[in-house]
Amino acid sequence: MTESPLEPTVTEDPEYFHQVVNCQYACPAHTPVPAYIRLIAAGRHTEAYMINWEANVFPGVLGRTCDRPCEPACRRNRIEKDEEPVAICRLKRVCADLRGDVSALMPDIPKKKNGKRVALIGGGPASLTVARDLMPLGYTCVLFDNQKRGGGMMRSQIPSFRLPEKVLDEEVGYITDMGVDTHFNQDVTSMKYMLARDFDAVFVGTGAPRGRDLDIAGRKEADAKIHIGIEWLANVAFGHVTSIGKRVIVLGGGNTAMDCCRTARRLGGEDVRVVVRSPFKDMKASPWEREDAEAEDIPMFENHVPRKFEMKDGKVAVTFEKVRAEYDDKGKRTLVPAGEAPVVMECDDVLMAIGQDNAFPWIERDIGINFGKWDLPVLDKQTFQSTLPRVFFGGDAAFGPANIITAVAHGHQAAISIDLFCQGKNLAERPHPAVTLVSQKMNVHEWSYSNDVSGADRFAVPHADRKKTLKDMKMEVELGFDVKAACAEAARCLNCDVQTVFESGRCIECDACADVCPMSAITFTENAAEDDLRAHLNAVSNNREQALYVSAALPTGRVLVKDEDVCLHCGLCAERCPTEAWDMKKFLYAAPKTACFTKTEKTEDEAA
Amino acid sequence: MSYIIPRFRHPCTAPNGIGYTRKDYEGALSTLCAGCGHDSISAAIVQACYEMSVEPHLVAKLSGIGCSSKTPAYFLRQSHGFNSVHGRMPSVATGANLANRDLIYLGVSGDGDTASIGLGQFAHVMRRNLNMLYIIENNGCYGLTKGQDSATADVGSKTKSGQANMFSPVDPAGLALNIGATFVARSFSGDKAQLVPLIKAGLHHPGFALIDVISPCVTFNNIPASTKSYAYTREHMSAADVVDFVPAAAKYGADGAIDVKMPDGATVKLRRLPDHHDPRDRAAAADAVMTTRERGEVLTGLIYIDTDHPSLHEMLDTTETPLRALGEKELCPGAKALEAINRNAR
Ligand SMILES: Cc1cc2nc3c(=O)[nH]c(=O)nc-3n(C[C@H](O)[C@H](O)[C@H](O)COP(=O)(O)OP(=O)(O)OC[C@H]3O[C@@H](n4cnc5c(N)ncnc54)[C@H](O)[C@@H]3O)c2cc1C
Ligand SMILES: Cc1ncc(C[n+]2csc(CCOP(=O)(O)OP(=O)(O)O)c2C)c(N)n1
Ligand code: SF4
Ligand code: SF4
Ligand code: SF4
Ligand SMILES: [Mg+2]
Repeated sequence: MTESPLEPTVTEDPEYFHQVVNCQYACPAHTPVPAYIRLIAAGRHTEAYMINWEANVFPGVLGRTCDRPCEPACRRNRIEKDEEPVAICRLKRVCADLRGDVSALMPDIPKKKNGKRVALIGGGPASLTVARDLMPLGYTCVLFDNQKRGGGMMRSQIPSFRLPEKVLDEEVGYITDMGVDTHFNQDVTSMKYMLARDFDAVFVGTGAPRGRDLDIAGRKEADAKIHIGIEWLANVAFGHVTSIGKRVIVLGGGNTAMDCCRTARRLGGEDVRVVVRSPFKDMKASPWEREDAEAEDIPMFENHVPRKFEMKDGKVAVTFEKVRAEYDDKGKRTLVPAGEAPVVMECDDVLMAIGQDNAFPWIERDIGINFGKWDLPVLDKQTFQSTLPRVFFGGDAAFGPANIITAVAHGHQAAISIDLFCQGKNLAERPHPAVTLVSQKMNVHEWSYSNDVSGADRFAVPHADRKKTLKDMKMEVELGFDVKAACAEAARCLNCDVQTVFESGRCIECDACADVCPMSAITFTENAAEDDLRAHLNAVSNNREQALYVSAALPTGRVLVKDEDVCLHCGLCAERCPTEAWDMKKFLYAAPKTACFTKTEKTEDEAA
Repeated sequence: MSYIIPRFRHPCTAPNGIGYTRKDYEGALSTLCAGCGHDSISAAIVQACYEMSVEPHLVAKLSGIGCSSKTPAYFLRQSHGFNSVHGRMPSVATGANLANRDLIYLGVSGDGDTASIGLGQFAHVMRRNLNMLYIIENNGCYGLTKGQDSATADVGSKTKSGQANMFSPVDPAGLALNIGATFVARSFSGDKAQLVPLIKAGLHHPGFALIDVISPCVTFNNIPASTKSYAYTREHMSAADVVDFVPAAAKYGADGAIDVKMPDGATVKLRRLPDHHDPRDRAAAADAVMTTRERGEVLTGLIYIDTDHPSLHEMLDTTETPLRALGEKELCPGAKALEAINRNAR
C-alpha cells in the first residue's frame, strides 16, 4: 500500500494506453483487436485478415482454436452484470473465411540472401513464426520436423472437425512458400550434430511431445487397450487409427481429453465418458470445449481418481476412488478420500489424457545448453536465448505446454533475438512497438467510429447438424458467423482503442465531463494514495488490474481521476468538454517484431 | 451523428429505496453548450432526487424561457413538465399547485427569466409562500439570446461583448429576504457537495424555497472580467454554513449543529461556519448578504430558513384534495352556493 498521492499518469509511455485496450493487452501476440473488428463491421475482411496475420500469423487457425485469453479480459464483461465478452476469436474466423486474395499483400522475399542461416527444429507454430519473421529479411531458414507436413500439433493434435486441413494448409503454406528449406519426416536426434553444421543460429520449437502415463495396478496387463491421448490423436490425424471400441473412458479434464472424447465419438465410440480426478470447477478444459463435448452426449464424472485397471473378457475395468477437494488458506488443493465405495467402470478402450511433458533426449547435456526444473531449458525470459548463445527456444519447448498464440508470441521474440544475434547486436536492446495516436473527431457530434454500442447479448456461432458431424471426422462442427451475425457481434465492441486523452492545461474544471459520463468514471478530487482514491471516486473502483488515470494538478489544486475500468469509450466526455481538454484518439499499437510485413499495409483510416 | 447516451451505467449503481437507479432520474442528452453550468445543476437535481427516492411521477417541473428553462428536458424524464412563457413560470406554478398540492413543484428559471422580465411574478410568488422549490440558474446574462447583460450582472462585470455593465444588480437572495421568502439559499453549479443537500432541503421545505445558483455561461460570460465566471465564483465564494440533509428515517447524534425539523420528519442540519449569522434570523441573514457583497464576496449556503410560516394553501384554507379528484358536485356547487358567497360579500 502506497501512502503518498499518486503521480500524474505518463501517457507518453505506450504501455499506458496499451493496457487500456484490455483484449489486445491480454493477447500474447498483442493483436490489434478493436481495429480488426471495426474493419469486419465495414466489410473490409481482407484488411482485417492482414492486421491479424501481421500480429498472430495464423488467423484462420486461431479464429477456430485459440485459447482466447483476450475474451476473459474484454471490458464488455465488466460493464454490466451478466455481460459476456465480444466474440473476438470467432470474429477473427470471419475475416479469414471472407478474405479475398492476399497473395499480393504478402511480403517480398529478397532473392539475394543475407548470408545468415538459421536452423528451425520442429515445424509447429513457434518455428513457423520465426521463419515468417526472418525470411522477409533475407535469412535462409532450414526447418526440420519429424511429421510428414508442417504445423506441429496444430496438425497432429487438433482434430479436423475443429480445424479443417485446408485452413491449416493455407496458413502454413504462406510461410513455407516464402522459400523455407523444409525437411519433413526427419527426426533430429542430435543437437551436437546440428551445431556442427553451418548454422548461425538454431531455434528449438519441438513442443512438449510426451504424453503422460499413469503407473497404477494393472497398467501393463491392459496395455493393448490403453492409449496415450496425444499419440492416439496423432495416429488418428495421420490415418493410422480409424476406429475405437463402443465404450470408451477418457481419463483427464483438459482440452486434450475433450478432443479425445469427441474424436472417439466419431470413430465408433457410443458410450464415451470423461472421468476427472478433480471437481468440475477445477477442470482445465476451456468452458466452450467442455460445452461442445457435452453437446455430443458425452457424460463427465468428477472427483474420481483411477486406482486400478483389470482385464475381464477382453474388456478393461477401471476402478476409481471417490474423493473430495479440500483447499487450505492459500487455496492449495488436496484430494481426500470421500469414504465412499469404489466405483468400477468397464470399457473397450481407455484414452489417457492427463498431461504432456517436455522431452529433449536428443539434446546432449555436455554442449553448454543447461536444463533446470522439470528438465526445461534455462532461458532468458525476454530473449528466449539458452545458455548456449546461438541456441534459442520457443513455444511449448520453452516453458512447457501452453497454446498456439503463446507459441506465436515466443516466435516473434525469438526472431527478434536471432536477428539481433546474427547482426552482432545487443539482444537486450529490443525494438519498440510502433504506435500512432490520432484524433477521431470528424465534425460537431461526429466521430469516425460508431459509439452506438449494441446492447445485444453475445451471438452464438451456429453449429452443423450433429447427426452429420458425428459421422464425419472431417466435417467442421462450427459453421462460423455469416456476414449479418458478424456485423451484429462486431457492434458489441466498445472500441477500447479509441482512447480518452486528457490535456490538463486546457481544463477549466466545469465538471461537464464528470456530469455526463454514464459510467461515473471521472472524478475531480484531492489527490490521495491509491486505496483512498479508489474508495472515494464517483463510482468505487475495485479492479486494481486496471490503472487509474491521474492528471497533473488543476488550477484548484485538485486532480482529475479517470477510472479506465468500465469506460465505454463513448466519447461523451470529449463531446461535452468546452475546451477540448478531452479528445478521443485512436491508439494503434503494433507489438515489436523484426519488421512490419504486410506489404501494402493500409491503415484503417484510409478508405477502402 | 454519434451524439447519443449509451445504454450502460456503472455496474455498481444500486437501486434506491423505491427500486429506481440513477438512470431512472435522468433526462435527454443536453443540447446546451458543452461546459454550461446549467448541466451541472441538472446533474445535482438527478442526484438529489435519486438519493431521496423521490417518485418521479409525483414531480412537476416548471420553467420559463432561456437556456436554464430548457434544462427540465435533461432531468427527470418521467416527471410532469411545463415549459411556460418568459418570466411567467410562477403563475403557472401557482395555478398547478392550487389545483393539486400533492405534487412536488420544482421550478427552474434563469436570471433573465426571474430578475428581468419575470421580476414581478417572482416577487409575488415569494410573498405568497407557494410550496415549491425555485432554482435560479444565474449566469448574469441572457445565454439563449447570445449573452446580453441580465438584471443580475454586477456593475463593471463584462460579458464576451466586452461592455461593462452599468446598472445596479438585482440580488435574488437579498430580494427574497426582504420580501418574505421562507427558505433562501445560494450555491454554485461547480460545488455539488453544497448544492445537492440544499436541493434536498429545498424540496422538503413546506413553503417557498429559493436557491440562487451561480451557473457560469461558458460561451458568453466566462471571461476573466466577468463576476459570474467559474474562476471568479470559485475565488469569491464564502460559505455561511455547511448543510446536511437528514431524511426522516435516519438516526444521527447530537453534534452541535442547528437542527431544523421539517414537517415531514426530515431534518436539515446546519453547521454555522465561524463568524457567520444564525440562519433562523431574517435580519441577520439580510445583513450578512449585504455585508459579504460589499466585501466583494458571494455568500453561499443556507442563508435563511423558517419552516413555521404558513404556506399559500394554509393561508387560503384550500381543499386538500386535488381538484381532479373532486366530483362535479364539489367543483360546481350550483347557484345556491354562489348565492351564499355573494351574500357574504355584500
Ligand atoms: C490435443 C491437443 C489439442 C490442442 N488444442 C489446442 C487448441 O485448440 N488451441 C490452442 O491454442 N492450442 C491447442 N493445443 C496446444 C498447441 O497445439 C500447442 O501449444 C502448440 O502447437 C505448440 O506449438 P510449438 O510450435 O511449440 O510446438 P508443436 O506444435 O508441438 O510442434 C512441434 C513439432 O516438432 C516436432 N518435433 C518434436 N521433436 C522433434 C525432433 N526431435 N525432431 C524433429 N521434429 C520434432 C513435433 O512432431 C511437432 O511437429 C492443443 C494441444 C493438444 C495436445
Ligand atoms: C416575451 C419574451 N421576451 C423575450 C424573449 C427572448 N428571450 C429568450 S430567452 C431570454 C433571456 C433568457 O435569459 P435567462 O433567463 O438568464 O436564461 P439563460 O439563457 O441565461 O439561462 C430572452 C430575453 C422571449 N423568448 N420572450
Ligand atoms: S468515453 Fe468518457 S464519457 Fe464515455 S464512459 Fe469513457 S470517460 Fe465516460
Ligand atoms: S468538460 Fe473539459 S473543461 Fe470541463 S471539467 Fe471536463 S475536461 Fe475540464
Ligand atoms: S449560451 Fe451560455 S447559458 Fe446557454 S447553453 Fe451556452 S453556456 Fe449555457
Ligand atoms: Mg441567464
